[in-house]
Amino acid sequence: MLTLSKVSKNFGGLTVLEAVNLSIPARGIFGLIGPNGAGKTTVFNLITGLLTPSAGTIEFFGQRLDGMAPFEITRRGVARTFQNIRVFKEMTLLENVLVALGDHPSYGALSVLLPLPSHRRAEARERERARELLFRVGLADKADRFAGTLSYGEQRRLEIARALATGPKLLLLDEPAAGMNSVEKDNLMGEILKLSDGALSILIIEHDMRFVMEICQRIAVLNFGRLIAQGRPEEIRANPVVIKAYLGQDDDVIGGRSGVAS
Amino acid sequence: MEWLDSFWSTYSTLVLSLGTNVLLALSIYLTLSCGLLSVANAAFMGLGAYTAALLTLKSGMALWLAVMAGVLLPALIALAIGRPTLRLSGVYLAMATLAFGEVVRIVILNTEALTGGALGLNGIPQLTEWYDIAAAVGMALYVLLRLARSRIGRTMVAIAQDETATELMGLNVRAFKLFAFVAGAGLAGLAGGLNAHFTFFISPNEYGFDRGVEILAMGVLGGTGNPWGAAIGGVLITLLPELLRGLGHYRPLVNGVILIVIILYSPKGLWELFRLARPSAAKATL
Amino acid sequence: MLAQQFVNAISLGGVYALFALGFTVVFGVLNVVNLAHGAVFMLGAYAALQAVLLFKLPLLPAILVAMLVTAGAGWLLDKFIFAPLRARQAPHLAPMIATIGLAIALNSTIQGLFGAENLRFPAEMLPADGLSFGAVQITWLEVEIIFLAFALMAVLLWGLKKTQIGWALRGLAESVKAVALVGVDVEGLFRVTAVVASLLGGVAGVLIALYSNAVFPGMGQPMLHKGIAVVILGGMGDIRGALLGGFFLGFAEVFSVAYIGSTMRDAVAFGLLFTILLLRPQGLFGHAAQRRA
Repeated sequence: MLTLSKVSKNFGGLTVLEAVNLSIPARGIFGLIGPNGAGKTTVFNLITGLLTPSAGTIEFFGQRLDGMAPFEITRRGVARTFQNIRVFKEMTLLENVLVALGDHPSYGALSVLLPLPSHRRAEARERERARELLFRVGLADKADRFAGTLSYGEQRRLEIARALATGPKLLLLDEPAAGMNSVEKDNLMGEILKLSDGALSILIIEHDMRFVMEICQRIAVLNFGRLIAQGRPEEIRANPVVIKAYLGQDDDVIGGRSGVAS
Repeated sequence: MEWLDSFWSTYSTLVLSLGTNVLLALSIYLTLSCGLLSVANAAFMGLGAYTAALLTLKSGMALWLAVMAGVLLPALIALAIGRPTLRLSGVYLAMATLAFGEVVRIVILNTEALTGGALGLNGIPQLTEWYDIAAAVGMALYVLLRLARSRIGRTMVAIAQDETATELMGLNVRAFKLFAFVAGAGLAGLAGGLNAHFTFFISPNEYGFDRGVEILAMGVLGGTGNPWGAAIGGVLITLLPELLRGLGHYRPLVNGVILIVIILYSPKGLWELFRLARPSAAKATL
Repeated sequence: MLAQQFVNAISLGGVYALFALGFTVVFGVLNVVNLAHGAVFMLGAYAALQAVLLFKLPLLPAILVAMLVTAGAGWLLDKFIFAPLRARQAPHLAPMIATIGLAIALNSTIQGLFGAENLRFPAEMLPADGLSFGAVQITWLEVEIIFLAFALMAVLLWGLKKTQIGWALRGLAESVKAVALVGVDVEGLFRVTAVVASLLGGVAGVLIALYSNAVFPGMGQPMLHKGIAVVILGGMGDIRGALLGGFFLGFAEVFSVAYIGSTMRDAVAFGLLFTILLLRPQGLFGHAAQRRA
């Protein structure tokens, strides 16, 4: 479904990504890991159109994404969340999701001018959809609170609700578990597994190895802008190149739950 | 009713100016709510004024027809310069719109044959009545209030807070910004056209940087969260000099000090004060 | 003839650059569009004039007085307007609106104190004699103007490049958080910036007052417009841009008056400005807003 072919990205003299080949099928949960600065968020930025590749192509369902405007890419079915949360703090949760629903609105622009009942009904329908999405991520009871009052973990879930509002076929989650305690992480894992039941593909950037190994079916590993390994979690865990790349990182990071390879 | 007549003969200009300034404030509200810092609305007002005035002067056109032309021209020009200009953001956009405003002013100054140049345009038929301005303000307020409550308004507020996040939600941010810019230009042109037909004299210097900044001040003072806020800003800027009339020479001084005090105590504008004073409807504390 | 115009352009350009520097530095470091800069400019001119008229001071001490007065104004500006707004985390347009109020207030005060008419420096202060190199004549006054303008610019540039305060200021222009983390007194730096910027504006005011021998309350406004044009051209917040832009404007004005005629003078500046902006919106040296995730 999503194919990156020989994608490279340079900033001036700095090469951030080099000849990356990545392939994501239409269903499932996939992980993108690597040490800090490996270029993971850059991959997300390239896919979503915030950056254009210096070389290589990105295809989504056969269509070239590179060079397309970001909003077009989102409309084609690619949604994302951010590493540093970007919810609209001064809007309510409901309003946050409503904005995201705006890309396939249920009423035309001109109908705004007339207080017709059809317009009111359309607005009510949108609010219903927004509430449903909030319900999916467990935030329905907080719908009328300002997003800035939420806890970190709740704001992350709001971001996910917003991303889902655009009806994506591919969901990019940038460090969704960051800043969460283990209970929240377990809940998040459950939610992500539930989400992937539909015709949805999820690509996750994450530093928490346990998280990634538990829910991802395939994992790609980046280091210094290059793809150094791809495969099932067990394969990645045992891959010497990967382990070497992480040397200097915490030992518990690789190896499963209790620091022991399982 | 005699009271009304005498009131009108003294204050008609003030009331009509009030209406003009509210329209201008609403025009800047639209652009500001999208996060666009445009100082060009004064120039757009000038374009609307000159267009409408020249049409009535040279061809005896009916008021509203001329004024509509005065809405269309600035809107079209805004459409033309919008694409490159709106690529900028923040103060850079402000500066570019400032430069644009100056260019308009200079063009008017240097096309004497058509516009009267520095001497301005005199003898514009005084066709505007209070109900013209009232109708314009009423329409503008209605449309903007409805917009504010719709997905279009929500999207614009989102754009003002975080453009990138909004774009990544599948929304064509560029189109929304262009709409706000063009509609703001049209509204400013409306204000200009109507205004020209009761001040009966217009000159290029009225539509320069000072006016542009004043309009921006109206928007900021009133508060950009809501069309009512902008309207309040327009009312304040118009009435403040009048209320201070008794102070004679010290009027601008007190005017300036009041501006400073308001901003210091309510940086988000006066509307914020109103909003906080109302009983909150079960909203969580911020 | 050409050489003569060249000299005029250098002196005018130098003053424009000084003024623009003050304006751009406040934007670069404090992130504020200081619309009171023109009023401070005017304040400097009046301060020097009064020093000469009331206290019979010679020119250079009078200029020093102007520097003190405007530096003090800058201090007050930051302490009572910018700092409180920073503390309140006001939206970034708020300080700009406050400076509008301040400009109005200052103008009105000066006008109330000294009247609206055009005042002049006593003729003895402005000797018309000077040097001549062939066809070029420079009055001592112009020499002083050029010298002072360049001296101040040199001091400022040296300060920014070689002193710790200068480095801290340049750091502030990039990231306030980063500088604060290192333990630098950020508030103090902001205050210093406002003081220095106002000082520059005030000196520019005196110099222009001497150059055109006219002091009147409205002199700040057209200067502010030009300063903005210069800064747009050179790039907001960029020092090189302010310098080059100032000289560019000085040259453009002098040469267009000489060869095209004064009515088109403004048109040249702004027409050029707008075209450049369309092609390169961030000015010659500015940084365009960047999109990142």
